[in-house]
Amino acid sequence: MISEPIKIAVFAMGGEGGGVLADWIVSLAEKNGFYGQNTSVPGVAQRTGATIYYVEIFPIPVDLPGKLPVLGLMPTPGDVDVVLASELMEAGRAVQRGLVTDDRTSLISSSSRVYSISEKSSMADGRVDSESILLHAEKSAHKFVCFDMADVAQKSGSVISAVLFGALCGSGDLPFNRSQFEDTIRRGGVGVEPSLRAFESGYNEARSAKKETLQEDSWQPPDRESEDPVINSLLQRIYQFPVPTIHFIAEGVRRLVDYQDAKYAHLYLDRLKDIQTSFGGNDNLLIQETARHLALWMSYEDTIRVADLKTRSKRFERVHKEVGVSPQQVVWINEYMHPRMQEICETLPKAFGKWLSRPHFIHRLIARFTQKGRVVPTNTLFGYLLLCSLAFMKRWRRATLRYSMETKNIEAWLIMVKKAAAIDPALATELAKCQNLVKGYGDTHSRGLSSFRKISSLVDQLMKSISPGLVAKLRLAALADDQGNKLDDLIKKTQTSLGDFSE
Amino acid sequence: MAERSFLKEVKKLRMGEGEVFSGEGILAVTKALLESGVSYVAGYQGAPISHLMDVLSDAKEVLQEHGIYFENSASEATAAATLAASVNYPMRGAVTFKATVGTNVASDALANLASGGVLGGALIIVGEDYGEGSSIMQERSLAFAMKSQIWLLDPRPNLPCMVKAVKQAFELSEASNTPVMLQMRIRTCHLHGQFTASDNRTADFKTGDAVDNPVRDLDRIVLPPASFQHEQEKVQKRWPAAVEFIKSHSLNEFFSENLADIGIIVQGGVYNTLLRVLKNLGLADVFGESQIPIYVMNVAYPVIDDEVERFCQGKSAVLMVEEGQPNFTEQNISMILRQKNLTARLHGKDILPLAGEYNSERLFEGVSDFLQRYGCLEKAEKSIPVADLIPVTAVSETESAAVVQYEPSLADSVHQRPPGFCTGCPERPIFTAMKLVERELGSHHVSADIGCHLFSILPPFNLGNTTMGYGLGAAGAAAMVGSEKKRAIAVMGDGGFWHNGLTSGIANAVFNKSDNLTIIVDNSYSAATGGQDLLSSTAKNDSRSTGHEISTAVKSVGVKWVRTVTHTYDLKSMIREIREALTTGFKGPKVLIAQSECMLNKQRRLKRESRSALDEGKRVVRERFGVDADTCTGDHSCIRLSGCPSLSIKANPDPLRQDPVATVIESCVGCGLCGEVSHAAVLCPSFYRVNVVSNPRWLERYLFRMSVKIISLLQRVADRRRSRLTF
Repeated sequence: MISEPIKIAVFAMGGEGGGVLADWIVSLAEKNGFYGQNTSVPGVAQRTGATIYYVEIFPIPVDLPGKLPVLGLMPTPGDVDVVLASELMEAGRAVQRGLVTDDRTSLISSSSRVYSISEKSSMADGRVDSESILLHAEKSAHKFVCFDMADVAQKSGSVISAVLFGALCGSGDLPFNRSQFEDTIRRGGVGVEPSLRAFESGYNEARSAKKETLQEDSWQPPDRESEDPVINSLLQRIYQFPVPTIHFIAEGVRRLVDYQDAKYAHLYLDRLKDIQTSFGGNDNLLIQETARHLALWMSYEDTIRVADLKTRSKRFERVHKEVGVSPQQVVWINEYMHPRMQEICETLPKAFGKWLSRPHFIHRLIARFTQKGRVVPTNTLFGYLLLCSLAFMKRWRRATLRYSMETKNIEAWLIMVKKAAAIDPALATELAKCQNLVKGYGDTHSRGLSSFRKISSLVDQLMKSISPGLVAKLRLAALADDQGNKLDDLIKKTQTSLGDFSE
Repeated sequence: MAERSFLKEVKKLRMGEGEVFSGEGILAVTKALLESGVSYVAGYQGAPISHLMDVLSDAKEVLQEHGIYFENSASEATAAATLAASVNYPMRGAVTFKATVGTNVASDALANLASGGVLGGALIIVGEDYGEGSSIMQERSLAFAMKSQIWLLDPRPNLPCMVKAVKQAFELSEASNTPVMLQMRIRTCHLHGQFTASDNRTADFKTGDAVDNPVRDLDRIVLPPASFQHEQEKVQKRWPAAVEFIKSHSLNEFFSENLADIGIIVQGGVYNTLLRVLKNLGLADVFGESQIPIYVMNVAYPVIDDEVERFCQGKSAVLMVEEGQPNFTEQNISMILRQKNLTARLHGKDILPLAGEYNSERLFEGVSDFLQRYGCLEKAEKSIPVADLIPVTAVSETESAAVVQYEPSLADSVHQRPPGFCTGCPERPIFTAMKLVERELGSHHVSADIGCHLFSILPPFNLGNTTMGYGLGAAGAAAMVGSEKKRAIAVMGDGGFWHNGLTSGIANAVFNKSDNLTIIVDNSYSAATGGQDLLSSTAKNDSRSTGHEISTAVKSVGVKWVRTVTHTYDLKSMIREIREALTTGFKGPKVLIAQSECMLNKQRRLKRESRSALDEGKRVVRERFGVDADTCTGDHSCIRLSGCPSLSIKANPDPLRQDPVATVIESCVGCGLCGEVSHAAVLCPSFYRVNVVSNPRWLERYLFRMSVKIISLLQRVADRRRSRLTF
């Protein structure tokens, strides 16, 4: 006689169908000679919060009629047979709570991620390390079944809970066969066909027990030579740099040719060469980071660039794919743009732009039309031609006000990097990375630029005594909050502690 | 209409004698009410008993068949006062609400009810929101039951026991002329299980009979001298009658009473967890056969002295397992032991945690400790596994030293994941607007309320300073006055507004000449509790009167400055009105009503509508938002201003960049907030909206095809030019 209930915990997020899955398991058990008990703590109407459903099933004892088992209402660490998780961090939560143990627990989890709000709202990269969770899960579980169930669900037009149910069947951890599982879905009566499709995929994936590995970088270096003389001259120069740094330099050249032209890419290489040949500049990491950030800065996002990217055929294809369109449907793409006076002035020739940005009658007249954001229908003839004509202005970019402003900033930054390299290449590398603060558009851009300026003027002031670690800290502080409070605090602290003995 | 429909399950309520009922705890309790022959039921929704109200709403027909009156009460106070119908008449009635917030609101009515006593059975079903998953301050109903002398049942958490408890509660109430409270914990409410049904009973005496034949008894009214008499009655008549009933009907249970010279006393609700702990310690089997004596208090209050005496007699020690604090029951038992001169050592909160839910881990430690002290368990036989450091590389290359490196603990990679606003929630733009106004006018004190809108206190909005209770948002800002520069902001939901906010908040602000701003979030439902209808709901409801506007109510109590934004996603208007309310020269309370339908409910409605429109071949537009990865720079300002679950991040496809880019995932409902935010906050041009038109008309199709033709021709030219310079 079996004396132990089978204990199953479902880790999901509210509204994800974890409840449906738990109900399926109970229904599967009850229809097939078991007692089933299921409970949950959904919290505040369970809107998107982490939720645990807990199921226990126990075979109805034929020899002891009327005898009822006492079933648990919550999972006990070390005492769970199957943990199902709809998302990788939730699997991590199950491991963290001690519910996954290597003596018995089968952990069946999707490798897909639904990012937490702190991961999403970070000003740079706030994502946690999925590898680490995978490693913990792998080490803690008796059996670990893990694949991208969100992808499987989407392909079968269903939801993750159906894929998990299939994987549960495929894992063979419950004493029921496939047709018993499938009948359960049919009895539910809602969205049966897509659910069965998702179930089957989940079942197959779990049986093939593929291990999920994160994607490796598959970057291929460009050929060393080209038949086109323009490209060939660029390639020759790229390969003059140390091999480990080629990756970003080649990408940088690609970006700038695409952004402007070959001449612009040569300017990029000139600037890099200048760093490399300066005192202390021949440091691979420094070259690599400068190459990366210089390319990003030189391909600053102006109106011309945005219009260019928005009108490309590849972009149209991507949008169609993302939305999922059938040939019978009509699709209209609408851009949300908010060109302000500033952007208009910056796109004009330098002198004219400067003149227009001063407050006078014409300025006010035009400013009146820039109060509102605009919605541009890109795939109508009108919208497309409008954006195309903007993109066409690329050939005059070097004359624009924005270009002269960016050039000034870039060159000042490069001089700093060079100066720092002479003291410590690591310091220069950190300084190069600070370019990451200057990104985005409108308010975001001005905020980032002001943080960048604060840091660089501090570094300039304390060049001889500041450590690379502190520059990294300052950069992170600038990314900590929208208001720049943390950065200001740290700058103040640095000035009082470091400033004294650097005099 | 409520979020979850029980129309299918409600059929189970008609089951007769001997049929096996299989379903949720809430539904089982409803069935037990029908089997008990109630005449009326009322209540106020709120987790974890929202579903009980939803079941009752959906069970209209069954209730009508048995002549049962059902009411969605305006508040818990209304619900409790409804039980007045059982004071003079032999009618059984039940009300339900969430404890302990519900008992707090209902306290006036409950105390009066308990004072005068009842003739018919009066049952209060409270959803005990305590422990994991709870959304309120951690208190227990026990204290409330004790101070008003209401009997409190806390049955073992399985369906047969709960159904039995409901029936016995009515009998106990009638036998002792006292209202009875039945406590259902969160997990119990959502518990799926089975029990054998009985026939439903129709009450002999219905509410109409009472109205037709009024009875008046001055002794039952709370006024001197009757009120002094009530206190005497409570202890001289009602208490002894209750004790007698509880003993003679064996409401409390003894298991393996004399198997050992120690024992455990446990509240019914914690029984299953205790049993699992004993089983894991090898001292019980799966059917509940324990080697350790257990006394289960299915009645948490009153404590039955004789039964405690019987259980503790001849035992060297007992452990009281009582959740929450203070330890009223343990103190009570201590007194009994002392007065009866029993020598058993009493343990409880000295071994078990003083506060917090007794989950299986905590109970495992406490019970093991107790059993070890009295030699019933070898020391440290089993321990709870703790997930901690995992060695990554076991052996180093040099043979001599085995260097173990540890993977960083999971604490770094597992974040808290509290509930938040749903995809497309219309409340989010209100807080986005407040954030944007904050940039202009500085931060303000925000008095928050209870409801979905309370999620604003969490990231990414971080708005809200206090929350004092349901409908008390405006009242919570009452003393936030006296500044020449700033005004406090109060937030209140439509649910809280009709619950008591109109009087306690708005009318109070008018009377006391407040200058503050109250934002009323009007989403057409009591959304946080599961989408129930309200007075101001726009939905048609056959059995209730809806469509009563909040603005009319607000004006009628004297508010002069009333603005309504009928589309909260319109950020410009939202920002303008909030700014205006905070800066206007007008003195007096300001009320801003922010309206848009709860997206969860709206989608449920729309999905059905668009599916049938598609089938009929009508033109249907589906809207979705997207982010262009190549223009997104990975700053995530948009996420910090929206927090929508559908607005997420993904790896940056750009080889030069490392920060992840924003992305809009499948679940997007195209509410439009992303676009509004990027316009209002001048964020970035990466957002686009796609309108996918199914069954387009011929002209639209023609225009589309024509533009596709010309545009792709132009794109091919551009592609060719670019491809020349690719390598």
